[in-house]
Amino acid sequence: MKETNRKLFRSGMRDGIPIGLGYFAVSFTLGIAAKNAGMTALQAAVTSALINASAGEFIGFTLIAAQAGYLEVMVMEAVANARYLLMSCALSQKISPSTGLLHRLLIGFYVTDEIFGVSIAEKGELKPAYSYGVISMAAPGWTLGTFLGVLVGNILPLRLASALSVALYGMFAAVFVPPAKENRIVAALIGVSFAASFFFQKLPLFSGISSGVKIIVLTIVLSLAAALLFPVDRAGEESGKDGISGEAVK
Amino acid sequence: MERNVYLYILIMAVTTYLIRVLPLTLIRKEIKNVTVRSFLYYVPYVTLAVMTFPAILESTQTFFSGLAALITAWGLAWRGKSLFTVSVSSCVIVFILELLLC
Repeated sequence: MKETNRKLFRSGMRDGIPIGLGYFAVSFTLGIAAKNAGMTALQAAVTSALINASAGEFIGFTLIAAQAGYLEVMVMEAVANARYLLMSCALSQKISPSTGLLHRLLIGFYVTDEIFGVSIAEKGELKPAYSYGVISMAAPGWTLGTFLGVLVGNILPLRLASALSVALYGMFAAVFVPPAKENRIVAALIGVSFAASFFFQKLPLFSGISSGVKIIVLTIVLSLAAALLFPVDRAGEESGKDGISGEAVK
Repeated sequence: MERNVYLYILIMAVTTYLIRVLPLTLIRKEIKNVTVRSFLYYVPYVTLAVMTFPAILESTQTFFSGLAALITAWGLAWRGKSLFTVSVSSCVIVFILELLLC
């Protein structure tokens, strides 16, 4: 049992390294935003350590700079981070029902886009030891990057920042591409999601919508449509998948 | 009146934490409803896809290096390469392409 946990922790650490690298690059720019909002390096680092959310923090720094009302900050924070509510729901089905409260409280603290991504990609149930491995590598990158971003501003060479900025997207692809290969419906759904996301960003009608809102609206609409059109039931998930992958192979 | 930065941070932290932790702590059983189950099954793929595209094309210095990163990541992930390999390879492609292009 101990041995398994150690193995899970190590496998989590391995998946956490690219997350930490990507976080470092992204949070560096977050630190610059915090500095522009008049925050100290310590304040920015505390924010990152506690909140772990890029869009939420960006909005927060902007509102702090504007000396916005506390209630306004609360509402905007809830809107920007609403997608984590859905991710948390999905994770509640991925962990064992017997998982203790303390584990749930800790895993919940680190529901981020990326950590959620690798957690969902785990085979079978998600074990807390794996999550802690990921967090141990990812979380320091986020806080440290923010801290240094405030202190040394634009010292990270543009070339390096640009290259590191795709680390997170590459990771997302590593999570959603393999199921797309297995399951034709997931593949089609990803295609539709790409297209919808593109149009949402480009059409003047929607261009005023923040990316946090866009993500949650599209996620709800498209996932619900897929759930109604192509329901997956527990027993059928495995057999259905086999049937579909058989087709997908041609 | 000057507002307190740490109070701002606290409000942000508490709001965000509640959003993240409530479903995980309150939903303790397996959900039986097929539609809800299916919805939650599809959620991760839609969310991750929407976050990736077209953002990846805009995160790099040129559109082409972003596109190359996406194609690289897709190709390697399709072949079942590990998360680490996929992620780092797309970074390396961007770095090399931008050395040549920019």
